[in-house]
Parts: sequence; C-alpha cells; structure tokens
Amino acid sequence: MIWEVFRQERKGQPFVHGGSFHAPDQAFADAYAREFYARRQESVALWVVPREAITTIEEFPDEFDLKYRRVDGYSIKARLKEARDRAGTAAD
Amino acid sequence: MTARAQLLIELADDELILGWRNSEWTGIAPFLEEDVAFSSIAQNEIGHARALYDLAAAELGTDADALAFDRKPEEYRCAPLVQLRLVPDWARTIARHVLYETADAIRIERLQEHEDAELAGIAAKIGREEFYHRLHAEMWLERLAGEARYAAAVEELWPYALGVLEPELRPALAERVGRSEVEAVERSEPGEEFAALWEEMTMVRRSAPVGAQW
Repeated sequence: MIWEVFRQERKGQPFVHGGSFHAPDQAFADAYAREFYARRQESVALWVVPREAITTIEEFPDEFDLKYRRVDGYSIKARLKEARDRAGTAAD
Repeated sequence: MTARAQLLIELADDELILGWRNSEWTGIAPFLEEDVAFSSIAQNEIGHARALYDLAAAELGTDADALAFDRKPEEYRCAPLVQLRLVPDWARTIARHVLYETADAIRIERLQEHEDAELAGIAAKIGREEFYHRLHAEMWLERLAGEARYAAAVEELWPYALGVLEPELRPALAERVGRSEVEAVERSEPGEEFAALWEEMTMVRRSAPVGAQW
C-alpha cells in the first residue's frame, strides 16, 4: 500500500507534498512518516494519506478556446497597436 | 564506583549494545521503509547511551567515549538480552525489540521518580523518545502476534528479558507482557558473542593513538 505525505514546515504555512512510501497500514505509515519527514525537526505537522484516497483529475476540456475565462485574460497588445495606428497616435 | 555510576553504566551499556545490534540490520532489513526506521531507532538508542555515559563520566572524571570504547570486554555490564546477535532473524529481532522496550519503559518510569534530579531529568528525556520506539514495537507486535515463529522467539527470549530489570521490577514486566516469571538470565561477564561485537565496535578507536581528535 502506498502512502503520500504532505509536510508543513512552519505553523500557518501550506502543506506541501513531501514524498511517498510503502507501508502495510496506518500505524506503520504514521511511524515511517515520522521517521522520514520529521525526525530532524524539519516539519511541524504531517498529513499521511493513502494514495488511493486521493482523486486525480487531469481532463480539462477547452474546446472553444474561451480565453476570456482564463486568469491571465486576453492580450490586448495587438488590438491596442491597431487602434493607435488608426488614430495616428502610435507610440514611438 | 558509586551505585549511581554503576546504574548509569548498566543502562548506557544496554542502550549502546542494543543500538549496535539493531544497526546490524541497516541495509538488510525486510523492506526499505523499515530499514530506515529501524536504523533511526538504533541511532536514538546510541544517543541515549551517550547521554547516560556523559553523566557517569562527569562523576568518574572521564568521558563518554572512554566509557563506551576503552573498557575491556569483561567490564561491560549490559544485559545478556541485548548481546545476542539475531541477524538475520527478524522474528527474534522484533521479539527482543518488544520485550526490551517494555522492560525499559518500566525502569525509565521508575528512574523519573529518582531523588537525583539529574537522573530523573535524563530519564524523562529518554522516556519521551522511547515512547515512539514503543509505538514502533507495538505495531510490529500486532502484526506478528499470531505467528508461530514470533511466539517461539518470545518464549526463547523471555528469561533474557527478565534479566534486563532488577528483581523488584520483574513482576511489573511479567504483568505487562502477560507471562509468568521464570528464572532470569542475569547480567554477568559478557561471553564470546559479545567479544566479537566489542572487537568490531572498538576497532577504529583502538587503531588511533590515544587522544586522537575526530
């Protein structure tokens, strides 16, 4: 059984993925997580999760190129240039 | 030597030699994760030995390394349980681990109430780490409890486990383990199996001139 470990370096910080290992049950997983990710005080807390409890989602269809929904918005550079050219105020 | 120094050295010798024996699994434990965890426990035991030797050394006017490595084999006071070379038998190794940690818990609890504040303090520190060793031992116990090989190993090592503790603490061990007291294998001058360990353990130290700095 594979376990995934997420570790928190300091209180208040987000947990980040630390790595994974094999262990037969939660008790073994807890013990190993402690040894691998916290014995040198490099973590203040750990999340120890069976890999099978994690759902992976990786299909994100974008068939119609709906750029305006993306966080980076759409580039107005080309259109701005076009508008300036038309108005005769092109930036030098 | 005072009774206090004697007690510290007994405890330290137990931790040093058990740490050494457990470290013999490094690289060959049943699976990788356990290899790392068991090696880490072995290092902790040796750390405890160091702290205990330091206390004894302060009293005896020497240092921890000298106590750990410069004595003759027959001067070590470790219990016969920790001297046994059990590699490559994992069932017996875990049986020893479980029995030793259970016995050690009893004596560390007792020591935490010692009138000597230094002794009580170090026992409390050691106890906090041993708690995780016990968790580790218990999870293996749960896993192997029904196995014939494990049962045979406990049967074999039980008289040795009793020998880790002073007679007055043995009934408590029998109760925790759920077995009846039998004749214990008492501490005595270490034998041949220990001599081979000593040979290897002190080899580097003996090869360097006295007072060499590392």
